[in-house]
Amino acid sequence: MTTAVERDAIIAAGSKPRRWGSFYVAEHRIRSMRAYLQTLVVTSFGNPLVYLFGLGVGLARLVPTEIGHATYLEFVAPALLASAAVTVAAEECTYPVLMGFKWNPIFYAMNAAPISGTQIVNGLVLAVGVRMLPTVGIYFVFMLLFGAVPSALGVLGILIAVFTGMSVGLLIMAYTSTIVEDRGQMALIQRFGIMPMFLFSGTFFPITQLPVYLQWIGWISPLWHGTQLGRDASYGQSEPVWLIAVHIAYPLALGAFGWWSTARTVTRRLNA
Amino acid sequence: MTTTPAAPSTFTPPSRGRLLGSIYAGNSRAVLGRGLLATRTSNYWIILSGFFEPVFYLLSLGIGLGSLIHGVTTTTGQVVSYQAYIAPALLAVSAMNGAIYDSTWNVFFKMNYAKLYEGMLATSIGPFDVALGEIAFALLRGLLYAIGFMVVMQVFGLNLAWTALLALPAVLLIAFGFASLGMAVTSYMKTFQQMDWINFVMLPMFIFSATFYPITVYPQAIQYIIEVLPLWHGVELVRGLTTGSLSWGLLWHVLYFAVMITIGLIFTTKRLKALFLN
Amino acid sequence: MRAFRGNPAGQSSGLGSYPVPQAVITASSLTKKYKDFVAVDGISFEVAPGESFGLLGPNGAGKSTTMRMVGAVSTRTSGDLSILGLDPNDHGPEIRSQLGVVPQQDNLDQELRVRDNLIVYGRYFGIPARQVARRADELLEFAQLTDRAKSRVDDLSGGMKRRLTIARALVNDPRILLLDEPTTGLDPQARHILWDRLFRLKEQGTTLVLTTHYMDEAEQLCDRIVVVDKGAIMAEGSPAALIKQYSTREVVEVRFGSDRNAQVATQLDGIGERSEVLPDRILIYSDNGEAALTRIVERGLSPMTSLVRRSSLEDVFLRLTGRSLIE
Repeated sequence: MTTAVERDAIIAAGSKPRRWGSFYVAEHRIRSMRAYLQTLVVTSFGNPLVYLFGLGVGLARLVPTEIGHATYLEFVAPALLASAAVTVAAEECTYPVLMGFKWNPIFYAMNAAPISGTQIVNGLVLAVGVRMLPTVGIYFVFMLLFGAVPSALGVLGILIAVFTGMSVGLLIMAYTSTIVEDRGQMALIQRFGIMPMFLFSGTFFPITQLPVYLQWIGWISPLWHGTQLGRDASYGQSEPVWLIAVHIAYPLALGAFGWWSTARTVTRRLNA
Repeated sequence: MTTTPAAPSTFTPPSRGRLLGSIYAGNSRAVLGRGLLATRTSNYWIILSGFFEPVFYLLSLGIGLGSLIHGVTTTTGQVVSYQAYIAPALLAVSAMNGAIYDSTWNVFFKMNYAKLYEGMLATSIGPFDVALGEIAFALLRGLLYAIGFMVVMQVFGLNLAWTALLALPAVLLIAFGFASLGMAVTSYMKTFQQMDWINFVMLPMFIFSATFYPITVYPQAIQYIIEVLPLWHGVELVRGLTTGSLSWGLLWHVLYFAVMITIGLIFTTKRLKALFLN
Repeated sequence: MRAFRGNPAGQSSGLGSYPVPQAVITASSLTKKYKDFVAVDGISFEVAPGESFGLLGPNGAGKSTTMRMVGAVSTRTSGDLSILGLDPNDHGPEIRSQLGVVPQQDNLDQELRVRDNLIVYGRYFGIPARQVARRADELLEFAQLTDRAKSRVDDLSGGMKRRLTIARALVNDPRILLLDEPTTGLDPQARHILWDRLFRLKEQGTTLVLTTHYMDEAEQLCDRIVVVDKGAIMAEGSPAALIKQYSTREVVEVRFGSDRNAQVATQLDGIGERSEVLPDRILIYSDNGEAALTRIVERGLSPMTSLVRRSSLEDVFLRLTGRSLIE
């Protein structure tokens, strides 16, 4: 028999993990990122340099005209920024999820401690956000150095990129959380999801340059919406208000669905 | 009831070429055969994805960006459409990517996690058999991708001369070079973090090696650096063949890869021997 | 040194007219150093054809390194080693073509199905495809895996994987089978199935060389054992002879609680031939365990638990090194 006092003590002990559980999970994820900190630092500085110099500056020499009101560099920079966020999110929403369930089933251990499935998902999402922010921030600084951001509003691009990455990441997580056996699904996400998205989302040219049968990829791609938002902020690309609303609402809806779906899947798997 | 097999052995161990001593048993076919058999259990979509990668690039950049760019001047002064400019580069890049993927990540996994080579080298097979067999498998797959992409190029009218057919052996040469060197480099890697360094080298090489625009947009000093990198030689070689602008200079690229293959094979075999037979 | 058994039938093919030596493995002053660390420190032993030979010792004793040298995949630092009359430094591939190797950790080909694992492995020896297919079916039968022929390796249990590894090692009909801790990590039932299979091979005359840190395994499978510790041989003989030489017939294990054992030990003088005080219990060696236990109780010492058992190789090891085999 537990006395009322003991009972109160037990309830009190549960209140902290109830309130802060998500943050504990996020802390765990961020700590484990230290294992590849070196890689993170090098890619965070190396990628913007290579892409902006290679595609922004080099390729620009072949594209003679301005696109809209922007130089080619100004045109691609917001797209590369959003893509960088998507790349990070795609990585952080695949391997750690499969790891937690299968290779190193830490999710079960967390769940055996007083952390719920939903808290695990929230913690992962939080960690992905924390991981994206410096990468995107450094990228933006390089954009400034390359003179690729004409408007002060362009700084919004950091938030827009994280928002875009999160939308794609959550959608991926909704899928990866259902994977029971690794049969190379993650490579497929990369090669049939992320890569075509990168290529057909108006990153290097306006999607209107593509024939109609390829344009739809842009329309359904959160990356295209994010890229367009970034351009709106960076150099005042003129778009109707309703379209801007779509650019915000669509990735938001996808992300919300992904979050809800992931939390449901993870909870079911842990309590099965 | 189970019977214990007591069959007397009726085979004799294969005789080895003395040239390579204890590192080669002349049986790399068995390693290649193992690779082919293993594809049966792999995910076919992943195998197919290797074909789609350059096609996606061609559709996106070739069509989308190609409509903004009117003609590019190649090294030999020929002016070709943007599609015809990047297609051979994409072919060379996919040869590189396939070879590097097979010889680095795949080999790293087999070496350190699946313990595959340890098992192979406990038999009469030698490290040179392993290296040759694994590379041969990578090349076979690379050849299939290359043929697929050549067909796509033909459909889009991007093979500008009959010499484009020679791009197939050229692609094999490029893949051989990257695979042998990739395997050698991988044998020094201990952790996944170190493996990331391979990507750090690959990405800039991919972007800067005259893949999407001529290197003449850069100052002379940077051009020299690019010209040292293997991918630039691969791109120039394949582009020369598909656009039909032949010159004796193409032979330099062939020589470059011949040297790369030799160095790669020597190092790979040495390392496999040091890792598994010491 | 014990007399060698004769060369069993069915072992003379393979290398043509080359003379089969008295011993299939001869090591003398065999040494392996890794930089400053001496893994194997000048050990000498011989293995006769058809013999079942065990290397017994704790983790890190140098067993696996010895096995790798015998398997012709590790170059010795000094000393002499002859496998089937050949020097592994010069004839690695020839020697390996006559060996079957069961490594400590299964390294089955995860990308191949069960039967294909056997076939592909056979191809590494250059065995013709048709012959190896027939051999694979025989071996699946032997390993009791015929109904799993088309399974993925991943889907096999630990015991099945181990049996498949052993079947794979037999694909070239080896003269010598090297087994590095064949049953470590298996549950008791799987171990017994495996021992049964190995025992059949032994009956049929295959030379077995195995390492283990399990006494019962060594006692079950080995004709002769060398006890190794820190890279050196501590003792050699049959399991029974080793027990007879280094231990008494029986052992009494008594526990007085972890904080009292050491203190009580001083009061046990004169009981049994000798005693060992371990952190959790005291071992008293005596040919008559029951009598020894009675004397302990007569002295007014009442152990919390007591156990009388036969001596095992564990006791031999404890005697030789002052340490336990496991941990």
